Amino acid sequence: MILQDTIIALASPSGAGAIAVIRISGTDAITLCDPFFSSVKKNKQLAQQKSHTIHLGHIVDGKRVIDQVLVSIFKGPNSYTGENVVEISCHGSTYIQQEIIQLFLRNGCRMAEAGEFTLRAFINGKLDLSQAEAVADLISSDNEASHQIAMQQMRGGFSNEIQHLRDELLNFASLIELELDFAEEDVEFADRSQFEALVDRIQTVLKRLIDSFAVGNVIKNGIPVAIVGAPNVGKSTLLNALLNEERAIVSDIAGTTRDTIEDELVIQGIGFRFIDTAGIRETEDVVESIGIKKTFEKIGQAQVVIYLFDASHFEENSQLITVEIEKIKNQFPQKPLVIIANKIDKSNTEKIQTELSYEHLLLLSAKENIGVEDLKDKLLQFVNTGALRNNETIVTNSRHYDSLLKALEEIEKVQLGLNDGLSGDLLAIDIRQALYYFGEITGEVTTDDLLGNIFANFCIGK
Amino acid sequence: MFDREYDVIVVGAGHAGSEAAAAAANMGASTLLVTMNLQNIAQMSCNPAMGGIAKGQIVREIDALGGYSGIVTDRTAIQFKMLNKSKGPAMWSPRAQSDRMRFAEEWRMMLEQTPNLDFYQEMVSGLIVENNEIKGVKTSLGLSIYAKSVVLTNGTFLNGLIHIGEKQMGGGRAGERAATGITADLVELGFEAGRMKTGTPPRVDGRSLDYSKMTVQPGDAIPEKFSYSDVTKPLTHQRDCHMTYTSEKVHDLLRTGFDRSPMFNGAIKSTGPRYCPSIEDKINRFADKDRHQMFIEPEGWNTVEVYVNGFSTSLPEDVQFKALRSVVGFEQVKFFRPGYAIEYDYFPPTQLKHTLETKLVSGLYFAGQINGTTGYEEAGSQGLMAGINAALKVQGRNPFILKRNEAYIGVLIDDLITKGTEEPYRMFTSRAEYRTLLRQDNADIRLTPLGYEIGLAKEDRMNRMIEKQQKSDAFINFFKETSIKPEDANPMLEELASSEMKQSDKMYKVFSRPKVTMDHMKQFAEVSDYISENNLDTEVLEQTEIQIKYSGYIEKEKNNADKLNRLEDIRIPENFNFDKLTSVSFEAREKLKKIRPTTLSQASRISGVSPSDISIMLVYMGR
Repeated sequence: MILQDTIIALASPSGAGAIAVIRISGTDAITLCDPFFSSVKKNKQLAQQKSHTIHLGHIVDGKRVIDQVLVSIFKGPNSYTGENVVEISCHGSTYIQQEIIQLFLRNGCRMAEAGEFTLRAFINGKLDLSQAEAVADLISSDNEASHQIAMQQMRGGFSNEIQHLRDELLNFASLIELELDFAEEDVEFADRSQFEALVDRIQTVLKRLIDSFAVGNVIKNGIPVAIVGAPNVGKSTLLNALLNEERAIVSDIAGTTRDTIEDELVIQGIGFRFIDTAGIRETEDVVESIGIKKTFEKIGQAQVVIYLFDASHFEENSQLITVEIEKIKNQFPQKPLVIIANKIDKSNTEKIQTELSYEHLLLLSAKENIGVEDLKDKLLQFVNTGALRNNETIVTNSRHYDSLLKALEEIEKVQLGLNDGLSGDLLAIDIRQALYYFGEITGEVTTDDLLGNIFANFCIGK
Repeated sequence: MFDREYDVIVVGAGHAGSEAAAAAANMGASTLLVTMNLQNIAQMSCNPAMGGIAKGQIVREIDALGGYSGIVTDRTAIQFKMLNKSKGPAMWSPRAQSDRMRFAEEWRMMLEQTPNLDFYQEMVSGLIVENNEIKGVKTSLGLSIYAKSVVLTNGTFLNGLIHIGEKQMGGGRAGERAATGITADLVELGFEAGRMKTGTPPRVDGRSLDYSKMTVQPGDAIPEKFSYSDVTKPLTHQRDCHMTYTSEKVHDLLRTGFDRSPMFNGAIKSTGPRYCPSIEDKINRFADKDRHQMFIEPEGWNTVEVYVNGFSTSLPEDVQFKALRSVVGFEQVKFFRPGYAIEYDYFPPTQLKHTLETKLVSGLYFAGQINGTTGYEEAGSQGLMAGINAALKVQGRNPFILKRNEAYIGVLIDDLITKGTEEPYRMFTSRAEYRTLLRQDNADIRLTPLGYEIGLAKEDRMNRMIEKQQKSDAFINFFKETSIKPEDANPMLEELASSEMKQSDKMYKVFSRPKVTMDHMKQFAEVSDYISENNLDTEVLEQTEIQIKYSGYIEKEKNNADKLNRLEDIRIPENFNFDKLTSVSFEAREKLKKIRPTTLSQASRISGVSPSDISIMLVYMGR
């Protein structure tokens, strides 16, 4: 990889928009722009402008004006990459974006590779490894909670916490080394009871971080909620009711088969992913029985299950409904199950309440927007967001998770060794190993594959 | 007088010089050993002991490669101890008290019997260098002696300056004059020179001490030895050492001399070893400690001279004397000679290659205190490596370099040339990343094949090593293949508070349990029969036991070594332009340019080069 040259890429999402931002980074970024920028004020040279200033003008190719733009100048090392950076805010048509990028590619810029801006920021000491990884998460975060975690990690919260533990452990490791090398001399030895306390503390923190991965992971990806119900019980209406209310970003992700449509929505900052399923009604139809198998698979993947039925047809179906609810409960006894009687505006709810005495029964009318708020509260109840609210560190990165697990394993060996009165030189081997895994997280350990992995996850422009 | 050109000239005949001369000569190089005083070959200038933690491992490594230190130590020891026996096998460290006079005598005898080795007594006062290539040395009488390579092992002699209180005198050792000329020549050639300081305690008359007031420190009941060869035998009788303590009163008396101490009044500016501090340093730095240990070590079988370990000092002799007389057991002490501090020139070892050849002058090698190290063992091992490499270069053969996971010697040299040293460098086990692999019991298995390959370790050594390895491998297999019944093993396990066996299992499993030792296993008839049938000696038993009981740790270290060694495989091109690493800190870049590491792994060990700097270099190396 060459790091001396100047790179360019679109920094805003691809496609047309109101405004697009094109980022250029490299030693020559500013001087390279000068010939193609014509300021509204005559004879303004970008290279002579102060850092962190914005300039209005036109991007020109010879006599041809491409667009009116705002050019922001950041001089290294006080920029994202640590190099000289120019950001051109142009009008958002794909044509204009491409014209400008092509112009600079013809005149000394190179198209940035995925993650190359962040790689340069890392290389120039602007970010450490776990901060760089957080950038990738930040880009792809689309709800408040995951954004918050990524931000926290990018500011260094996570690596600071690990770094702190590592320093303490390192300190003890050196006391143990001292005791080994100066066994014949008169030195103070490492206090075993203090060390045991430290090992305990490290274990607690590691376990908390490891547990937080489960939370972190669902927050990052959204909490999967399976909706089970026969056709026409009002699934789409319910989803729309939930979605309209929040005016959240809704995206339709087409699944691999027609029968799985996922809808994402954000409730109080927590992302939820709704997975529609075909229902589980007993059938002799081969095609449909495959569908049932699929439904159970989906339920298995979900964190929360919603069983939806049409309250207005409860009487004729009550037996079937009970059987289906029981089936789900038996198959997934641990999974939170919300039972929703929809269309209550058209039906008698008394019978439902007496016959279905389940903990999470909700009476609701999606169409009339009755009880939708209650459903949202219910869903939030099932999410363990304690850690998030307390502003604790949450692990979202599977590489970190992996290193934490391995570190914990080593720390447990250290503890066992301490209990058995193991000699310091043997304890030291496990301690060194634990330190190694801590270092993997904070970037104190350098291996080539580590680097390769991290920057491969980026999109171009960052 | 010298009309021939030598292959190798070794300047200085201390521990480094003697090993260098022996190695080069034994490898077939015509060698000349030049020293200022042939009566003082391999003098123990400080304490009369070899080995200790990490240092004992080095002596065994020297021996395994075919050096002399182990044999000389065995033949002249008056006491032997295996230190740290209660810890894991990586910490077991042999240490011997030596008879100082016999030690030097034995070295001289062994060198005299070494083929290809000539001797000459005179001071080397300069170097003959042409076009950055060594051509020989000049002596104080004006002689020129020519050689293809030169090993400098000047110890504390280069512009040596002895301090006792406010008195200063030129000298390389008490009673010996300093060497001059070489430093100036080297500085003119472009070498960077520095000053270091070390010290030594008073020597006293053992007849004036009251040992009944001290604690006896005997040697091991069953002493082992250093050399893997069969030319030496363990001691059959030993001399005791003794231990006593300083007191507040002693400290107060010492403090009365602080204003006249060269350490505190600014006369000595150079750095001394933090790890081997003078007594004044100790009471100054550890003011809250009301006493410090002192070890009273006899200087030999017959001599009455005694070494006062732990009381190194450069305070005025009257203060030394008064303070020492206040130590329990020393009330009537008579001095043989006071302690002193000595300052001397050294050359920051970052100016060397892994072969200990200087980067500036081809064919010129440095070993020992000239490189900023302290200790006989550290010096001896460098001398050995410099002697080997000087001979190899003359013979046009590949250099001999030990890796960090192969030997403490490898750790030592890599540390020196990569990190340099700000204070006299002493070896510690914690300096080795792979301590569990670098044990005193397996130095022969690690190194004898390498020593044999270059022609230094002789065939009988190699055969002994192979036999030991084969026998212990076979014995390990025996444990893996032989089953043991619960009713046979359970009584022993119960005694050790280990959980009972439910069904028959391999002996190996039982042996692997904590607390179970070879002595326990020997109680089973199959095991004791196997030992007597196969005539297994203690070395084989020990090797087998370590390999079985610590296999988990050994494997783990091996894996770690492999993992971290991957950076070892990423070579930095010789002409790599470190200046283009603009994002690496200025300090780190300067160090990289100066040391010019050959691999990324070596770069990562340079102080001031951070892991993120290494990440950046990885990117540049196209990884």
